[in-house]
Amino acid sequence: MTYPNSYRYTREHEWLQVEETIGTVGITDYAQNSLGDIVFVDAPKVGDTVEAGKVFGSVESVKAVSDLYSPISGTVTAVNQDLVTAPEKINTEPHQAWIIKVQMSTPSQVDTLLSSADYEKFISEETNA
Amino acid sequence: MSSPSVPATASSLQKTALNLTHRQCGAKMVDFGGWDMPVEYAGLIAEHMAVRTRVGLFDVSHMGEIQLRGPEALDAVQFVSMNDASKLAEGQAHYSALLTPQGTFVDDILVYKLSPNDYLLVVNAGTRPKDYASIKQHAQRFHCHVSDYSDHYSQLAIQGPQALATLQKLTRVNLDAIRNYWFVWGQVCGVHNVLISRTGYTGEDGFEIYIPSDEATTTRVWQEILDAGREFDIVPCGLGARNTLRLEASMPLYGHEITEETNVFETGLDRFCKLDKPEFLGQEALKKLQEAGGPRRKLVGMEMIERGIGRDGYPICTLAGEQIGVVTSGSPAPFLKKNIALGYVPPAHSALDTELAIKIRGQDVRARIVAQPFYRRPKKRA
Repeated sequence: MTYPNSYRYTREHEWLQVEETIGTVGITDYAQNSLGDIVFVDAPKVGDTVEAGKVFGSVESVKAVSDLYSPISGTVTAVNQDLVTAPEKINTEPHQAWIIKVQMSTPSQVDTLLSSADYEKFISEETNA
Repeated sequence: MSSPSVPATASSLQKTALNLTHRQCGAKMVDFGGWDMPVEYAGLIAEHMAVRTRVGLFDVSHMGEIQLRGPEALDAVQFVSMNDASKLAEGQAHYSALLTPQGTFVDDILVYKLSPNDYLLVVNAGTRPKDYASIKQHAQRFHCHVSDYSDHYSQLAIQGPQALATLQKLTRVNLDAIRNYWFVWGQVCGVHNVLISRTGYTGEDGFEIYIPSDEATTTRVWQEILDAGREFDIVPCGLGARNTLRLEASMPLYGHEITEETNVFETGLDRFCKLDKPEFLGQEALKKLQEAGGPRRKLVGMEMIERGIGRDGYPICTLAGEQIGVVTSGSPAPFLKKNIALGYVPPAHSALDTELAIKIRGQDVRARIVAQPFYRRPKKRA
């Protein structure tokens, strides 16, 4: 699967799509693949604040729980309710199945994130480590 | 996202004869008790469902096989294990356990009676060195020889409603005539003297076979079973599905439900412990415990009522918030489509339908005690 070059990425395997000051957050194909069948998503509520680099929720596969780290700081404006009943969408379409949308408080944080090329390089190193 | 697990350097781990086969078909590998084992192939849920509805194939060659042989082999088996091996017929197996002198678990095992002077104990991978050391030490007083044959055998498990039909294509042994927890020796895929046992760790009908551990033989038999099961959509299964299958069937796992800190009364495995048989390790301690009254905690099965997955190690609390126990195994149950858990609670809180809370990352999530096993396979139609 290719990593959209319009997205930005974290070393913790989240992706961020930016439209003006709204950032949409999900996890990457690499992340869903290493987790396996996803059965549960624990996301914050609309109005909650999230902080760049800090845990904002978790995803659970059958066998493990993984924390989610926010790529950017801001206030949650939307939570993907589809994932309550169909968390497996993260497995089948990881780069479309967003988890939260955030009104970014510090849009310049986006510049600190990885480009798709850098992220692909990063995961190839992680795989071969 | 945090990484779920960091695999140890593969070189430091032990490998089964199928290691390369697993890697070539894209299995995710993990360190399981010092072994480099497949945790899943195409996907845990699909593998779990294949075993419940069709057939799955597992490499369980990491399991250990320890043989006790000699004129006093039975006496030695009786002394080191809690079930009554004198009741076994030749060709029969039973569930048992090795206990500490304090009556807690060294390991849970299967005992196979190969012949009147010859018993095979199948033990867990992670506990194999301590099991062997303990058995060898305690068997010294008997006229009996103890051998660790683990490296000589590959063990494959064929499990599911179509397990019999799959394996039957590869042997002339009448598999349907083998009763549950009985075994025969026979030819499978042209390999002679294969121990074919109607046992498993999934809650389904199925077989476990013991074949020579050389890579050529093991790989060939593995492939022939997959070919034979193709018409039933057989899939190779990893230890991930093995764990969720055994949990749905409420089968205990060493290191989780049973440990050196738990005893048979707490686990509810009393029926496999024959306190009235001749002397065995742990017997005296267990008799004292029995005289002292019932266990101080009991293993119960729970089902989550509210949204959340109670996992291994999470606290179990009363609805008032007082911690009364710990989850020993917890997971989504792919076939039952519920989140289930096993754990220990005081007897006063162990009644069916009791509502409890499992503390999931700081939050109390309600659960209910339910009857075990969570899953029981449908009876075969006559």
